[in-house]
Amino acid sequence: MQSFASEVGPSGPVCVVGGETRWGLGGESSAGTRTVRAPSGVESFDPSEMTVAVWAGTRLEELAAALMESRQEVALTGPSGSTVGGSLAVGWNSTRSLRVGAARDALLQAECVGAGGMVFKAGGPTVKNVSGYELCRLLVGSLGTLGLIGRVILRTRPLPERSLWLSGNLSPVEVSRFCYRPSSILWDGSSTHVCLEGYGTDVDAEATVLRDHGMLEIAGPPDLPPNRDRWTGVLPEGAILDVPLGVVHLGASVNPPDVDPGVRAIGERMKSNFDPDGRLNPGRDPYLVPA
Amino acid sequence: MAHDVPAGTGDLYLDLVEAIGEDRVTAGGGARHLYSRDSSIIEGGHSGPVCFPDSTSQVSACVRVALAHGRDFVPRGAGTGLSGGAVPCNDPVVIATTRMNRILEVDQERRIAWVEPGVVNLDLTRHLVGTGLHFAPDPSSQQACTIGGNLANNSGGPHCLAYGVTSAHVAAIEVVLPDASVVTLGAEVGDGVGYDLRGAFVGGEGTLGIATRIAVRLTPDPPVVRTLLLDFGSIVDAAETVTGIIAAGIVPAALEMMDQKVIVAVEQFVNAGYPLEAAAVLIVELDGLPGGVEREVEIVETVAAQNSVGEVRVAADDAERDLIWKGRKNAFGAIAHIKPGYYLHDTVVPRTRLAEVVAKVNEAVERHDLIVMNVFHAGDGNLHPLLVFDPREPGTMERVHAAGEEIVRISLEAGGVLSGEHGIGLEKRGFMPLLYSPDDLAAQGSLRAAFDPLGHANPFKVLPTGASCGDVMGLAEVPEGVWV
Ligand SMILES: Cc1cc2nc3c(=O)[nH]c(=O)nc-3n(C[C@H](O)[C@H](O)[C@H](O)COP(=O)(O)OP(=O)(O)OC[C@H]3O[C@@H](n4cnc5c(N)ncnc54)[C@H](O)[C@@H]3O)c2cc1C
Repeated sequence: MQSFASEVGPSGPVCVVGGETRWGLGGESSAGTRTVRAPSGVESFDPSEMTVAVWAGTRLEELAAALMESRQEVALTGPSGSTVGGSLAVGWNSTRSLRVGAARDALLQAECVGAGGMVFKAGGPTVKNVSGYELCRLLVGSLGTLGLIGRVILRTRPLPERSLWLSGNLSPVEVSRFCYRPSSILWDGSSTHVCLEGYGTDVDAEATVLRDHGMLEIAGPPDLPPNRDRWTGVLPEGAILDVPLGVVHLGASVNPPDVDPGVRAIGERMKSNFDPDGRLNPGRDPYLVPA
Repeated sequence: MAHDVPAGTGDLYLDLVEAIGEDRVTAGGGARHLYSRDSSIIEGGHSGPVCFPDSTSQVSACVRVALAHGRDFVPRGAGTGLSGGAVPCNDPVVIATTRMNRILEVDQERRIAWVEPGVVNLDLTRHLVGTGLHFAPDPSSQQACTIGGNLANNSGGPHCLAYGVTSAHVAAIEVVLPDASVVTLGAEVGDGVGYDLRGAFVGGEGTLGIATRIAVRLTPDPPVVRTLLLDFGSIVDAAETVTGIIAAGIVPAALEMMDQKVIVAVEQFVNAGYPLEAAAVLIVELDGLPGGVEREVEIVETVAAQNSVGEVRVAADDAERDLIWKGRKNAFGAIAHIKPGYYLHDTVVPRTRLAEVVAKVNEAVERHDLIVMNVFHAGDGNLHPLLVFDPREPGTMERVHAAGEEIVRISLEAGGVLSGEHGIGLEKRGFMPLLYSPDDLAAQGSLRAAFDPLGHANPFKVLPTGASCGDVMGLAEVPEGVWV
């Protein structure tokens, strides 16, 4: 961490680069900003603790491969090439969130470089912890504007024995009625795509019920359009709703919603308390991300 | 009632009465005494007037009046907290949510319920019976504690192992901020816009504002539940079984341990049929779809057999399941009969180190000539050493505090943390520098100050400051600048 901290240094605008898969999100990086990269590599994986310590610059694929050896996974997602740090900074939840949980609940501990160039730690290494304020949750989705994440400890989950996607004309509500806890429910306005995961016999039994109602097996989730919005009750043409998350995946980019000035004011104080000179990831604003 | 008002607070009292009505404010000595403490061992709190608002605007009015008088305020739920979070320091206005106990809306389709903060945890559970849904966090105090208190302490419970602690079940919160304004944090839909202030607020222990309406997420009831009671000849075997279960890739719905002293005390109290000669028992609950549950029962039995399990009792029906849980959930009540005082400690260690840490903790507490019993959430490494004693015996409290400090140090040395669910409050703020560096604590201070720049919301709690909390006695204060 110390060498990452010295690279960041105590002054001057600086931004951290991950896999550059969602680089423009929340605004373009201001001109003249120095770039740094967080270290990468899986530091230690403890399958019987269900935690993994990993450097933020590690690609999600590399982490997934390491965890796969013990049939475990983490809740983080991102396009191919995304890094652990980038995925946390963006903070989007997996479409399989009903099984893997929310990204913000996966981050147990984070070591960050703060605006003053010092290292600060949020959270702790254990799977349960209420020792002080929930800094980890605040960091997830903060687009690196409060601290640059260097090293993290993440909660892992067992991989399911079987995964199966089905699609058909049942409504999402009907699917929820027939299935106990599907991992994912996506809806495109006419068809519902559902992911069943767990032990083989259970997946087969629920799949049989869905097939009896006209659903068919598909190879995997449908391709999700690149932009996101929050669900307001109307699904635009070609869009796909992640039902449990209330997130709409759509082609057109949308404007972020208006934020209550009172809420915004807390965010502004947050930013200036953590980074009074605005040197961390200048140009980025988490309030410009629509959902 | 006004004649009861302590000297110098008459104006404050009258302004509060004017703001929310005479029947909603009390400043008498009896009430102030009652609200001077929570369920922790911390004594010596001093409350100012106690308010019982019944709406968001009344909560806001209480805060506004407190601020106008330069007073601090302290939110309060049921007062079951165990770290002194609701203990008032220096005569603040206490804002109790008791009257805000309505379940406002249950949306079964979207699996969200809006509740007021004073709703008792178990009342929500009861209200949901028959809907096929439930609120997953189930602290052992669920008969009394409030959803607002659960949110403020990010509380856990036996079933939080698989389902996650309170934070995972809160979608949105209406909050009266420390400047008396009202905002809504989080949303029912979407991954969130801007900073996750909802996530930051949960676990804020009443120092970031007062939750006045809460949107909680509801979880579908599992189709099949199997509850197992396993007995062991040693705590080591029980702990190895815990490790083995997790290592096998199973996250049970609940995985609880009780040691022999607890078993004996509980059995006398509830007649659950616990094996009295066992050194430790595990309660393992597996839930979900039938195939997986049966497979997991087999795996748990195999792992337990490898660790010299005695009897494996699988609850045959709901009645037997309830009986097994009744013992666990009444453990504190049972133990309260043994001695007049108890101190329920709370730390977390890596779950692979449970056996070693429990042995060290027992040795340390017994060295301080106190009785220690263990009943805890083994599945997530969350220890609850329970110290029982008679506080009237001279010198006892000193030994209790010394033993408490050793438990903290033993847990941190094993790679653990200060608290898994009770929070820091006043109890452990002096220990914060043992876990966090000054820079770590400064970052936490930045979060707090963003919500409460003036520092009037439940001050003295969570973060160590030079300032002391009135006459509060006997709290460990670690010298400034010391940390590991
Ligand atoms: C026998 C026993 C067993 C317990 N078992 C468990 C357990 O299994 N798991 C667990 O996690 N805890 C447990 N606890 C601890 C305690 O019950 C929980 O922390 C509970 O959530 C506190 O709720 P409360 O309503 O009593 O809050 P209080 O004690 O009144 O307050 C707790 C904190 O929350 C703040 N607060 C309360 N309401 C609000 C609000 N509306 N807005 C903002 N802040 C607020 C207060 O200021 C205070 O800091 C147990 C306690 C006892 C006595």
